[in-house]
Amino acid sequence: MSELSVNHLLGIKYLNKKDMQLIFETTDHFKEVINRPIKKVPSLRDITIANLFFENSTRTKLSFELAEKRLSADVINFSASQSSVKKGETLIDTVNNILSMKVDMVVMRHPNPGAGVFLSQHVDASIINAGDGAHEHPTQALLDTYSIRERFGEVRGKNVVIVGDILHSRVALSNIYALQLLGANVMVCGPKTLLPKYIKGLGVKVETNLQKALNWCDVANMLRVQNERMDISYFPSTREYTQQYGVTKTLLDSLDKEITIMHPGPINRGVEITSDVADSKQAIILDQVQNGVAIRMAVIYLLASKIKH
Amino acid sequence: MGQKVLLNAKEVNIILHRLACQLIENHNDFSNTVLIGLQPRGKYLASRLATMLKNDYKIKNIELGHLDITFFRDDFRRGEKILEANTTEINFLVEDKNIVFIDDVLYTGRSIRAALTAIQSFGRPNEIELLTLIDRRFSRHLPIQPNYSGRQVDAINDEKVKVNWVENEGEDSVYLVNS
Repeated sequence: MSELSVNHLLGIKYLNKKDMQLIFETTDHFKEVINRPIKKVPSLRDITIANLFFENSTRTKLSFELAEKRLSADVINFSASQSSVKKGETLIDTVNNILSMKVDMVVMRHPNPGAGVFLSQHVDASIINAGDGAHEHPTQALLDTYSIRERFGEVRGKNVVIVGDILHSRVALSNIYALQLLGANVMVCGPKTLLPKYIKGLGVKVETNLQKALNWCDVANMLRVQNERMDISYFPSTREYTQQYGVTKTLLDSLDKEITIMHPGPINRGVEITSDVADSKQAIILDQVQNGVAIRMAVIYLLASKIKH
Repeated sequence: MGQKVLLNAKEVNIILHRLACQLIENHNDFSNTVLIGLQPRGKYLASRLATMLKNDYKIKNIELGHLDITFFRDDFRRGEKILEANTTEINFLVEDKNIVFIDDVLYTGRSIRAALTAIQSFGRPNEIELLTLIDRRFSRHLPIQPNYSGRQVDAINDEKVKVNWVENEGEDSVYLVNS
């Protein structure tokens, strides 16, 4: 069996197609495991994992923690709001202190882009990037592409539009890399103020009209407007954004085909999608959540297999 | 690298019939018994025995599953090779059932130990038995013995027992290979 070409998961940018396929194949096995009456396997019983969340997270942190526990790893949790970071300690000092407790793997979310890469160059542990600023969120992109593969059988040739706040989204960038690596056609759609200038350089189509974008696509991945990352007003009002870029049942019914709706969560119901869309059969949002645990189990398992005694 | 034939196709066939008859002696109509082949290679033996029980001995309703033990092995990260997972297919309840684990070669007993742990994820069986085509006695690391064995083999540690099946290698045979 082949192994991952990397020792850390810092971003989709560092993976190749074989890595993605290996992760997906391993995820298939773990999906079977987590649907058993007893959802736990003993593979990682001698591995300790630290979850370092320097930025708030609920679902990603829960998903990682569940994945780690289902693999029987020992888990320690750290959140910046209750820590010595508030007292002025540096990232490397914080992590080195934690590693002195014989930690083998670090799952880290950090508000600054590149924090994971920086850490991987300075500490001797496997690093998994759980989101670094507006840069990458690789496990989210893996679970999104895995969910598309599950829905359609393959990702190659599918038209996928990412709608919303592309500028502040790490999900968008990782998704673009992952979808393109697997041969999908990618479009981004949103108000011009929320589309970064460099985006065309990534080889994606750009559209500002939601109706046209939905007519083109097989899958629409709806992003949340990240108000917490906005320092200025990028659009006049939430109401106006919803009128232009919100997906409603009426809008979906006006299309001549059925498209699949995805959302990385948390959903602002009534803003980027309405409740009847979020709860419809076209939405695979809860499948994404379930696949998230299996994908994270696969990534942790494959990286842990490279840690030797 | 030399190799010696331990069993040819005819001998394998005779042994399979004998093992099938031994299973019938203990499990009658298999109403409360299920067969589970251990991945990757036990599934061929398990499928062959299940077919034989159905076709030659007219046992109806044989339940057959495959169990993958990769995530339950005790040598994760200890070898050079990455452990490759296989599929598990157990589409029936094992609670209170009599299970027969089926594998081609019993060597150290560690795979069976892993299988005993893995099956607990599916429920609490009434009883578990072990059937192997080849029992490499004197090689055990754990106190595990088969209930049914096709042939006992005394092999030294650098010798390997290779079981071929028509399904994947084009012939039924067992070789003792000197590495």
